[in-house]
Amino acid sequence: MNVNEIVEWIGILLILLGAIFSVISAIGLVRLPDVYTRVHAASKSSTLAVLVCLFGAFLYFWGHFEYVSVRLLLGIIFVFITSPVAGHLTLRAAYRSRVPLAEGSGDDELKPVLFGEDNATPVTAEGVMIDETESKNSKNE
Amino acid sequence: MKEIILFIALALFMVAIFLILYRVIVGPSMPDRAMGLDTIGVNLVSAMAIVSIILSTTAFLEAILILGILSFIGTIAFSKYIERGDIIERKRDR
Repeated sequence: MNVNEIVEWIGILLILLGAIFSVISAIGLVRLPDVYTRVHAASKSSTLAVLVCLFGAFLYFWGHFEYVSVRLLLGIIFVFITSPVAGHLTLRAAYRSRVPLAEGSGDDELKPVLFGEDNATPVTAEGVMIDETESKNSKNE
Repeated sequence: MKEIILFIALALFMVAIFLILYRVIVGPSMPDRAMGLDTIGVNLVSAMAIVSIILSTTAFLEAILILGILSFIGTIAFSKYIERGDIIERKRDR
């Protein structure tokens, strides 16, 4: 077993580890109760899975073909930069479009700051305000 | 032995993509679906790396970069549309 073969085996085991991470992330995506916790599962562990898998592919190409692939390194850097940004933007859009928190979440201090004290009422599951007209009427009076 | 491990890893990625597809179809709100599509794109990137190892070619590596970029831009467009109801803003100076 020379050095190239050892590098190949390390790459293949890293790929298997990345696949297991990806399945765990998908299970979290199915079972967690809320869009916010689901984005937590998707953006962190799925990013780690893809990074580990692409690095394993890089090591395999390096050991087997003696080929240092700059494109795989670029892909690793690109996924590492953009995937948390995409998760953050999705969460921001979810909060601004008033997707409700899960049952049993703690206090929500951002809601009166963003939407005003009057609108800080509970929302339905579709994100529609329950008594929007009532709060407007009370403000007019 | 190596081939078997690579096929097992590919099958695990497919299982993950099907689990996320459940969330994309069922998901109660629109940001759920946008996030699920982004995660499917990111998983397809690594599945494509495994396929390029199995076929022992380096021709798919450009496709990895392009798929990553397209998935990111699609997620940005989806989240801007969900947040503001508009992708390209036409009102400036406001």
